[in-house]
Amino acid sequence: MDTSKLERLDETRWRIPATGSMQVPAVIFADRDLIEDMDDKVHEQICNVCRLPGIVKSALVMPDAHWGYGFPIGGVAAFAADEGGVISAGGVGFDISCGVRLIDTGVSREAIQSVQAELAHELSRSTPAGVGSTGRIRLDDTDMDNMLTGGAKWAVAEGYGLPDDLEHIEESGCQADPDPAAVSARARRRQRNEMGTLGSGNHYLEVQYVSEVFNNSIADAYGLREGDAVISIHCGSRGLGHQIGTEFLREMAISAEKYGIKLPDRELACAPINSGLGQRYLGAMRAAVNCALANRQILTHLTRTAFAQFFPDTTLKLVYDVSHNICKEEHHVVDGESLRLHVHRKGATRALGPGSKDVPAAFRNVGQPVFIGGSMGTSSYVLAGTEAGEELAFSSACHGAGRKMSRHQARKRWRGREIADELAQDGVIVRSPSSRGIAEEAPGAYKDVTGVVDAADRAGLTTKVCRLRPMICIKG
Amino acid sequence: MTWSHFSHDADLGLRGSGRSKARAFEQIAMALTAAVTDPDSVIAEKSISLFCEAPSDELLLVDWLNTLIYEMAVRKMLFREFSVTITAGVLQAEVKGEPVNRGKHHPAVEVKGATYTALAVEQTNEGWLVQCVVDV
Repeated sequence: MDTSKLERLDETRWRIPATGSMQVPAVIFADRDLIEDMDDKVHEQICNVCRLPGIVKSALVMPDAHWGYGFPIGGVAAFAADEGGVISAGGVGFDISCGVRLIDTGVSREAIQSVQAELAHELSRSTPAGVGSTGRIRLDDTDMDNMLTGGAKWAVAEGYGLPDDLEHIEESGCQADPDPAAVSARARRRQRNEMGTLGSGNHYLEVQYVSEVFNNSIADAYGLREGDAVISIHCGSRGLGHQIGTEFLREMAISAEKYGIKLPDRELACAPINSGLGQRYLGAMRAAVNCALANRQILTHLTRTAFAQFFPDTTLKLVYDVSHNICKEEHHVVDGESLRLHVHRKGATRALGPGSKDVPAAFRNVGQPVFIGGSMGTSSYVLAGTEAGEELAFSSACHGAGRKMSRHQARKRWRGREIADELAQDGVIVRSPSSRGIAEEAPGAYKDVTGVVDAADRAGLTTKVCRLRPMICIKG
Repeated sequence: MTWSHFSHDADLGLRGSGRSKARAFEQIAMALTAAVTDPDSVIAEKSISLFCEAPSDELLLVDWLNTLIYEMAVRKMLFREFSVTITAGVLQAEVKGEPVNRGKHHPAVEVKGATYTALAVEQTNEGWLVQCVVDV
């Protein structure tokens, strides 16, 4: 990105002043290396977000940002309903409530290593992943409504997981105010046999170990110690969310004019929050959030079942589950006034600081866990939300490494078999039905995740808690 | 008539060209299949009829791709032959393909939806060019 167009506020914050039709300025969180590598399209896209009606304070760009569609991936924007603010299907994206959950296995890295190949095989066998895969659960209309209303709470009641899991999930595992009636027949059909499936692309199930602890007291609160084996599951609301995104993006793009909204980019399709269409989308999106929470809960159950074959005496304990493609209704203090806002986070993670009532009691003194996914061969990170994050970024942080190379380029550059062999030499077993899929997700196609995490830490958005290294990676 | 892919940071750009708009729509459909697998690995053994209607050419292109994405998802199929007619904003198509066979097709990625990014339906000196970024 051309930094001559930016005002540098400090080491990790860059401001784009509000000019022309921009309602508010934008702030980019990045060090010099990250911002110089950032696509100019990110600048263009976040400026367009600043032009949307009812946007509050500033639009924000996280350190892992890259060119998205409409919103940049890594974009955060808050809107006030009372000020004509909008809800944007493009600002949430197709993969509604895509997120990460972290599970503590209760066993050590060494214990996993002793059964690594066998465990990789079993997880690969028991986790439906990739194009054409189906789950073992079939939902009739009543079950579908119950799932869309109950989320992970429904899944636990159906026998997929433990009641204690729910306290360790955003919204206690059940997003309030869903509207299953706003979910179309096509979205339902697309999901009918996709419950408990991982998907493809950058979604994964990884067995990892805690390779380094940066903050002992927070790691203790999260129950993580150096050498512990953990599991990360990264996926979302599957076909149901994709279809809801598709349908509402179209409807909002066509209806914008009716609501007097001049879209700076059609991909920013939106509707006033206080409109029939806006409320219908919010209801459908919240139902999709529950679908994602239920999906990750079922995958957790499948993982537990696979693990029990190797470690029958251990209980896999959910650390936390947090989404990074979502719009949430939250209270934030802006210029000394407490406002009710609809905060869009697209490829960005909510990162509540210590004391927030929305953080589970076990972590309330240290802040909410934030998970930053790596890319097969590279580290993932556990971070914690900060008090400063509220003022800086509506309590938001990054979500991953961010791509630096397109899939198209990655496919030309690497062969999946070579990537898998190289990772095996580093002690990482990758299982995927697609060699090309591995090439497209090659670690080299992503930015340096450590640089992203360090920038978020220095900016005060998050506190580094620990680093995770992969041992087994199940890809779609 | 050709299809190709172009780069987008996180996702994938699809492009099709042809002497008519309908031929270009057929070619971009082939680019969609090629996002998932080698189209030559797909056999045209089962035919289905599809229909879309939209108020503009660009929306019709998005609808066409999203219809294919939906059918691929719910039928667990891949398509390789496309016969498209477009009249006054109405697209009718016969598409042929076969069920996904993971051992044979090694599908690389699931396409979630067609976006409005880099979206174009343009008449060129040679005919028509259509393009769209899909979320994968």
